[in-house]
Amino acid sequence: MSSTKPKIAFFDFAGCEGCQLTVLDLLQSHMDLLNAVEIVQFREAMSERNQDYQIALVEGSYTRPSDEVRLQAIRDQAQIVVALGACAHLGGVNAIRNAHRLEEIKTYVYGEKADVYESASARPISDFIQVDAFIPGCPIDRDEFVRAVKSLLQGNVPDIPDYPVCVECKLRETGCVFLFGKTCLGPITRAGCGAICPSFGVGCEGCRGLIPHPNMASLREVLSENGLNETSIQAKMGLFLTNQIATSDMEA
Amino acid sequence: MSQTLQIDVHHITRVEGHGNIVVDVRKGKLEKCDLEIVEAPRFFEAMLLGRPYDQASHLSSRICGICAVTHATTSLRAVEKALGVEPSKQTKRLRKLNLFGEMLDSHILHVYMLVAPDLLGVQSVISLAQTDIHVVERALRMKNVAGDLCAAIGGRHTHPIAMAVGGFTHLPSADVLESLCERLEAMRTDLDDTVELIQGCQLPGFERETEYLALHTEEEYCFIDGEITSTEGGSWPLEEYRSMTNEHMVDHSTAKHARHQRQSFMVGALARYKLNHDKLHPNAKAAAAALGLTPGCVNPYMISVAQVIEIVHCTECAISLIKQLLDQGIMPEDPAPAARSSGEGVGACEAPRGTLYHHYKIKDGLVSAANCVIPTAQNLANIEGDMRALVPQQLGCTPDEMTMSLEMLVRAYDPCISCSAHMINVKCV
Repeated sequence: MSSTKPKIAFFDFAGCEGCQLTVLDLLQSHMDLLNAVEIVQFREAMSERNQDYQIALVEGSYTRPSDEVRLQAIRDQAQIVVALGACAHLGGVNAIRNAHRLEEIKTYVYGEKADVYESASARPISDFIQVDAFIPGCPIDRDEFVRAVKSLLQGNVPDIPDYPVCVECKLRETGCVFLFGKTCLGPITRAGCGAICPSFGVGCEGCRGLIPHPNMASLREVLSENGLNETSIQAKMGLFLTNQIATSDMEA
Repeated sequence: MSQTLQIDVHHITRVEGHGNIVVDVRKGKLEKCDLEIVEAPRFFEAMLLGRPYDQASHLSSRICGICAVTHATTSLRAVEKALGVEPSKQTKRLRKLNLFGEMLDSHILHVYMLVAPDLLGVQSVISLAQTDIHVVERALRMKNVAGDLCAAIGGRHTHPIAMAVGGFTHLPSADVLESLCERLEAMRTDLDDTVELIQGCQLPGFERETEYLALHTEEEYCFIDGEITSTEGGSWPLEEYRSMTNEHMVDHSTAKHARHQRQSFMVGALARYKLNHDKLHPNAKAAAAALGLTPGCVNPYMISVAQVIEIVHCTECAISLIKQLLDQGIMPEDPAPAARSSGEGVGACEAPRGTLYHHYKIKDGLVSAANCVIPTAQNLANIEGDMRALVPQQLGCTPDEMTMSLEMLVRAYDPCISCSAHMINVKCV
């Protein structure tokens, strides 16, 4: 294999590995990607393991102190570290635990053996190491991944939209789900997914994270006017955004 | 003959999630032979608590990137049983079609990308692309059809969007279904080539008797609902799943272990084949004959062969199901309503790697208790049982050969470790 091709490695922490599977899936339509890069580590798909890589794509959240050592080793080796998907980028659904007492959650699942397993709050990897780029979403968007990798190979930071999902619904001419009696986090959520959930009849769940300067108070009001009580608003906003909302509430 | 042997495979590759194989043989005596599950716990059952029931399937699909459709479907069935929701015939057909898509996608991934490299003497599908591009292209071509089938129904394969309690929030158009039907029919040549590929491979000859469990109905090769059946005889309603799975904790695993009438049991493609083979599509039966699989088989390496047979079966069933849907015409309909806002229900589906259970209690529209029992957690005790039987038989092998046999054994079960690690014990009080 050519040694001049950039070497890429995939790593996984707490997550479902759906983002890595999305990468495997996109090879169906982008086999040519394999000509542009050399994949040297991808545990889910290959037995080869090589510690010499320039670009690290990291899926999954930090959830236990021992993860820090692995993350630091990745940071020390890679020139570019990319957070792949909502779990690495935001803490993902894992962060739901952060809104509860960890002891209660551990006991509910593991009973009297709750203390056998190491676990802490679920955090984005950027809380522990410097991250150079992120590819958001749960799961990541295939086309956005390909665009992002192309940018990285050209030495650029991927251009991830900072406007809300609502813009993409308008571009697709998808009727606003609020008009159909549903609720949506589109006004505060970063676009780039093509507004896929509203186009399949489901309001945005916020998996790509908040836009800069979201108007949270206004959206809460709209959700309430559309029939959601406080529990439902919290559940809706907390599915993917628990960590970000905790931060934005502190700043407010 | 090697009387002393240590094997320590850290983070076994080409499986979903993080597991280690640890073997310690001293002076011919097996001191330790474990499959350690070191995946970080994710606590899904606790995360479901207090959330509105209509969010449960969207959250629990995130348990697994490979079998997201099965988790979503099982979650929806648990909610529907708890709240007295009766989905329409069209909804049932579309869900089944979506599950066929996921079964195909997952089995093709497993057989071609995770298992075939061992059989063809390469380290990965990436290396296989250098040595035999046609095999890789075929796998990707088939996987593409399977993924597109899931996307047509759920919006995307990984973490479906349109699946809701009582029905769907979006329905596929007749045009999309027609085009998928044509592509599935065109896949038959690739199915023949898949059977031929596996026919030419030599699988290890290891055998060990154990108990096999799968869902069963009289009408068809069962993937949704039905009853739990065992090769040891007997059948049980889904609500009695705890007496089957009987989970217990072991110290070296963040996933629980399970036992029923023997010390361990197996779920998955081989168990389904053994219990339901008479209901397979004729083409799948022909594939079984061609590949030499019989209902008496007790070789765990043959799980991959059973998966190939299910690839044939699911393709043929998906084709017939699409034709039925098109004959009836896709009817616009709202999801079926809930009859009540509190209740308790157990949903069960056959995930690619075995029977999956979700059990919820719902109080005033919010989840108040949750328990999920994952196929891989059910298989773990059986995998270790196989490892402990296999190692003494192979003490004459080199450590590398032994490691290879053990890795292939674990891989054959197609373990989904991310799924199993957080899916542990919960008391539904």
